[in-house]
Amino acid sequence: MINYFKNSFLPILSIVIIIFAIWYIFTVYLNSSIQIDTYERQKIDWEFSDLVKDTMSQKKPLLPAPHQIISEMYKTIFMIKITSKKSLIFHSYITLSSTLLGFAFGTILGIILAICIVENKAMDASLMPWIIASQTIPILAIAPMIIIILNAFGLSGLLPKALISTYLSFFPIAVGMVKGLRSPEISYLDLMYTYNSSRLNVFWKLRLPSSVPYLFASMKVAIAISLVGAIVGELPTGAVAGLGARLLTGSYFGLTIQIWSALVMAAILAGTLIFILNFISRITLKSMGSQE
Amino acid sequence: MISVKDLDLIFETNDGPVQALSNVSLEIEKGDFVSFIGPSGCGKTTLLRTIAALEKPTSGNLLVNGLSPEDARKNRAYGYVFQAAGLYPWRNIYRNVSLPLEIMGYKKNEITRIVEKVLKLVDLTGFEKKFPWQLSGGMQQRASIARALSFNANILLMDEPFGALDEIVRDHLNEQLLKLWETTNKTICFVTHSISEAVYLSTKIVVMSPRPGRITDIIENTLPSNRPLEIRDSKEFLSVSQRVREGLRSGHSYE
Repeated sequence: MINYFKNSFLPILSIVIIIFAIWYIFTVYLNSSIQIDTYERQKIDWEFSDLVKDTMSQKKPLLPAPHQIISEMYKTIFMIKITSKKSLIFHSYITLSSTLLGFAFGTILGIILAICIVENKAMDASLMPWIIASQTIPILAIAPMIIIILNAFGLSGLLPKALISTYLSFFPIAVGMVKGLRSPEISYLDLMYTYNSSRLNVFWKLRLPSSVPYLFASMKVAIAISLVGAIVGELPTGAVAGLGARLLTGSYFGLTIQIWSALVMAAILAGTLIFILNFISRITLKSMGSQE
Repeated sequence: MISVKDLDLIFETNDGPVQALSNVSLEIEKGDFVSFIGPSGCGKTTLLRTIAALEKPTSGNLLVNGLSPEDARKNRAYGYVFQAAGLYPWRNIYRNVSLPLEIMGYKKNEITRIVEKVLKLVDLTGFEKKFPWQLSGGMQQRASIARALSFNANILLMDEPFGALDEIVRDHLNEQLLKLWETTNKTICFVTHSISEAVYLSTKIVVMSPRPGRITDIIENTLPSNRPLEIRDSKEFLSVSQRVREGLRSGHSYE
């Protein structure tokens, strides 16, 4: 426990303190010109201490101070019913559900593609270039298309957004799994050959277990970009609900505190998801004889 | 048991063809313990891999149990022990030994019985739940031997199984291997580059030399079948070792 405190908690805490300090300095610096303008228009005498105080309590600051974001988050998380459209929990839930759905699709799709590529030579030659090409298209450009086209098929709401997450997240899974499924050493494969093992057994008992560490590594990347995909997917839908919607309405009305609290919420979500994945990964790999 | 006649094997490499085996002929009887010895590049591992159908000969005849190597492999005629123990790191010792049995479709209660039996044979009872990295190198190699023994093949092909171990562990494993061979009555083909290991273990020593890989001498070992470790200091042991050394020299193995 003391070790954990020393090795993990303390370093993280010191970085957080440094970031907060820099953040506060920038808050005063960036918001000061508007504040000074206000003072002059209202003909108020001001001192530096007033400036510091007032730059941290503007309604629409250029850069909100951390405590403003925290109090906004506290208000929108704990003080408002979670069914309300003003609740950050409500919006996070919307984004989280399409993130998770898209991530699940992406993981399954990525694994299936990887299996096809590894087990079939023709697929290996034909699929990989397309998979790579798919990721060179900027997602911001293609997301509205996906939403519009799926809408024409009568699909709206969760699924189109999830598909954008899928579009982004299948890629690291596919690439990682191809590498993982090909990772067994020659001698491991030779051993299977001496047993006259079927291809199916080689897959289940050798290739798949070998690929598990690779799978978890790519899942950590995939879940983070699934979240990005879900938020991007919320932008062109007219921004009804979700963290993406909070970002968009925030920027319509210049509500910087709202934007920042949505951003912080997204970061917390991503962090939590990766933390959970890490936990599952540790337990799984430990049961598979990992030394850590 | 294993009959090799006029075997040639040529590897096509980027630098042109390499004659890995040239005109190799050899008869191995049931219950033999045959060692293949020679410097690296002499084709001893290639010959073992050819018997295991892991390599295809370019020409010549090779019969394993009266079948082609490919058919013998399909009949699971041999167990192969690689130079590195090659245990699957995500499986514990029990599940490593049960791997071939699972693949060959043994029933669950049968698997339990066999794994218990072969682990006892290699003196690893009690280590079932350990993962490979928790075992010493010698123990890993013993587990690997247990795995090769589990499905009861008549032939055991061993490719420098103790090459990476220190001499003390190696002596101990050699002794155990001899006992194992006596109790199971397997036919063993054993690749090594240690003269004393070859002489201590074998009934027959095949001396090979490189460029091209070929057999220079086949020595019937005259040592008695009961071999304590001290036998390595006996006159007879030294004279057999001497003959192996001469075989290696005549093949220009020392150049």
